[in-house]
Amino acid sequence: MAQDDHSGAELAAADSSHAAHDSVASPGTALITTDGFENPGFPPHRPRVTDEDPKRAKRAQRTVYTLFYLSILGSVWAVAAYMLFPIEGNDVDAVRLNNMFIGLGATLALFGIGFGAVHWAKSVMVDVELADERHPVGGSPETRAAAAQVFADADRESGFSRRSVIRNSLIGALIAFPLPAVVLFRGFAPQDQNPVELLNHTMWKQGTRLALDPSGAPIKASDVTIGSAFHVIPEGLADLEHGKLEEKAKAAVLLMRLEPSELNELPERASWSYDGIVAYSKICTHVGCPVALYEQHTHHLLCPCHQSQFDVANHCEVIFGPAKRPLPQLPIAVDDEGYLVAQSDFTEPVGPSFWERN
Amino acid sequence: MSTATSPNGTQPKQSFTSAASVYVNERTSLAGFVKELGRKAFPDHWSFLLGEVALFSFVVVLITGTFLTFFFQASMAEVHYDGSYVPLKGVEMSVAMASTLDISFDVRGGLFVRQMHHWAALLFIAGIGLHMLRIFFTGAFRKPRELNWVVGFVMFILAMGEGFTGYSLPDDLLSGNGLRIIDGMIKGMPLIGTWTSFLLFGGEFPGTAIVGRLYTLHILLLPALLVALVAIHLLYVVVHKHTQYAAPGKTQLNAVGPPILPTYAAKAGGFFFIVFGVLALIASFFTINPIWNYGPYDPSPVSAGTQPDWYIGFADGALRLIPPGWEFVWLDRTWSFNILVPLIVLGGFIVMVLIYPFIEAWVTGDKREHHIADRPRNNPTRTAIGAAGVTFYAGLWAAASSDILATHFSLTMEGVIHALQATVIVGPFIAYFIAKRVCIALQKKDREIVLHGFESGRIVKLPGGEFIEVHQPLDEYDRWKLVSYDSYQPLMLRPNARGKITVGQRVRAAVSRWFFEDRIAPVTRAELEAAHALHHAPAPAGELEAAQSSQH
Repeated sequence: MAQDDHSGAELAAADSSHAAHDSVASPGTALITTDGFENPGFPPHRPRVTDEDPKRAKRAQRTVYTLFYLSILGSVWAVAAYMLFPIEGNDVDAVRLNNMFIGLGATLALFGIGFGAVHWAKSVMVDVELADERHPVGGSPETRAAAAQVFADADRESGFSRRSVIRNSLIGALIAFPLPAVVLFRGFAPQDQNPVELLNHTMWKQGTRLALDPSGAPIKASDVTIGSAFHVIPEGLADLEHGKLEEKAKAAVLLMRLEPSELNELPERASWSYDGIVAYSKICTHVGCPVALYEQHTHHLLCPCHQSQFDVANHCEVIFGPAKRPLPQLPIAVDDEGYLVAQSDFTEPVGPSFWERN
Repeated sequence: MSTATSPNGTQPKQSFTSAASVYVNERTSLAGFVKELGRKAFPDHWSFLLGEVALFSFVVVLITGTFLTFFFQASMAEVHYDGSYVPLKGVEMSVAMASTLDISFDVRGGLFVRQMHHWAALLFIAGIGLHMLRIFFTGAFRKPRELNWVVGFVMFILAMGEGFTGYSLPDDLLSGNGLRIIDGMIKGMPLIGTWTSFLLFGGEFPGTAIVGRLYTLHILLLPALLVALVAIHLLYVVVHKHTQYAAPGKTQLNAVGPPILPTYAAKAGGFFFIVFGVLALIASFFTINPIWNYGPYDPSPVSAGTQPDWYIGFADGALRLIPPGWEFVWLDRTWSFNILVPLIVLGGFIVMVLIYPFIEAWVTGDKREHHIADRPRNNPTRTAIGAAGVTFYAGLWAAASSDILATHFSLTMEGVIHALQATVIVGPFIAYFIAKRVCIALQKKDREIVLHGFESGRIVKLPGGEFIEVHQPLDEYDRWKLVSYDSYQPLMLRPNARGKITVGQRVRAAVSRWFFEDRIAPVTRAELEAAHALHHAPAPAGELEAAQSSQH
């Protein structure tokens, strides 16, 4: 037992001064009591049952190698499961079985090694505790002095302190040299686009038909019954070559029809609805989640991400949650064939606020 | 290394192992490392395993993640899905999403590895969090370990970054909405927001660049930083040696425990396999992130009750708790305080966590090395601060599930939010108060036990008819655990050398008073002797004979 090398008295003496080598370090506001107890030193060693009972020791050894053998069995099982439970023919059940049986084999393989090794260490290996001495992390005074001397020599030989022009010009160069790398990051976004310009406009323009999301079929005003709500995209979105999702992320709209008597419209927007049908941006003005949940009897829209609530009857003003601005309204009308169309683009940027928005 | 070439050049017959070790050593100087480290004592305690849980799950993340890279394709090019999962056949999605579905449904064992990767990532961050709490509450961040606290803290942040970038890679509906929220938060930042978002996404959200960019961060930059920091973290452990809890024989000058070779190596190595096995078991039975239920990312649909991975919850919750209307147009610019306030509050919170060791060192002025970890009760104010921080975090975290709390417990959405707003603001003060009182009460109980012994459960009837319970005194080993802790007194304000009391000193004295004014000092020998004398003194001869004989 290594701990027997240290007499309790020695250890206690060392502790009562907190840390002998540390005696120069200030204890701050710590109370140094002269009347504290002394560290009694290590308690007597308590043997384990496996140290005292050869039968138990034998059994522990058997347990350890049994666990290791079980681990081998687990590995073999996992390999077999790979072959015996293939994934075939669009069968989700096969995926489940493949996952479960490979997993169980792997688990057994890992647990066998893990519990075997820990049991070996705890019950079979010699139960020894060692006590290592600690030394001040800062090193001995000689070491510190030697290190200081190294720096002093290096400074003298290089003239780092003395030749200040050389040194300062080097510092300047070192500050300047990463700048080109920073500038390269401008290439992360296209050179010919202005984000503010893009954020201010969507795909909607005068005469764009309102179409169902995702089918793209245009919507007739007569199909919109009172109380219904439609998820809407601009007609032609699906035909876009590029930027489909980018456009959809701005242009998604919710279309709802309320009893005209329940609809409390702003006077300047009186012409933006059609027979109780209103269209609002679906993109939350908080951080941009789709405001997809419509509660028909209260006319409230709920954003499932952060629970902002908008009142459709009152031009989508915020009634709860972290959003500030009402959802922007899309002015709509009906064309000659009875289809719902946009009167124009949104009159303000949709989606989350941004710095240049005003 | 005992074998040596004999003078005449003929080698004595040696085993393969010793030949191999000689070969390796003569090329690597490994013997020096083995001599230096092999028999180091490694202090042992269950709470020291939390850091190992984090480390080992990180290793599992690296192993499983490497496997996944062979199948995953980080491209946002549009394809029509043509894999085995029938409900999504023909659906337009990105290559990233399609390849993730292929890993799940067409690669044997692919789902198992993918699930193990995700579960291991969740456990990795949880392990770091619990490890940090252990370090905090036991004061193991004190000199000389302050910088290692900083290293660990940086790893915690990087681990969350790793988690979030990985979560976003499959380009499914849920992770796409997560990115949408990030985009909205970035846009809400003053001055740089719009352009930062534009640069990050390579144009307008969602663009076609983000998955590839996050992939580079996820499998190259962040893991490289993490591996480097893990190495530094462990190097520090070697330099400082591990802390240990107060126990007889353990001092500030020694490190006591089983040797690294063989016991600690077997235990820690075995524990790696146990952690690995637990993750394999979970991955065998419990689905995580079933992207096939969510479908590919589309900016329009969303499902109710969506949840981020657990470690992002506190940030998501902070966003939810902001009351309506915190946004203004001023100087022709939009100031989104509904975004800024959560960012600033969370930023302030994590900076406080980062610098706490330096604050406490400044308050105590203690420049000694501390290798004995505190029992949390013995530093009541620190423990109370920790409890307040945990409560604050828990309130934010619960807020990320405000909608689920409301639906599961049939509460109103508004009621849940208001209750959690109150929790986040008032809760920390309540938690602080309770934790501090509990700590002090426990310290008093410790004093009581040291001075008067513990209740033995033996009831004795005295000749006068009085019943007493015999108290058994502690032996010196048990007593040592209860009396060996540092006690600090509040800083006295004194003029400095120039006869002035600086503002800094005033602040420090005030904080010091807050920390230590109601401290409970450890029992001294004189106090114990006085307590013993008290037990003896009033007892008339013979009356307490039974009790005394068992007490002394």
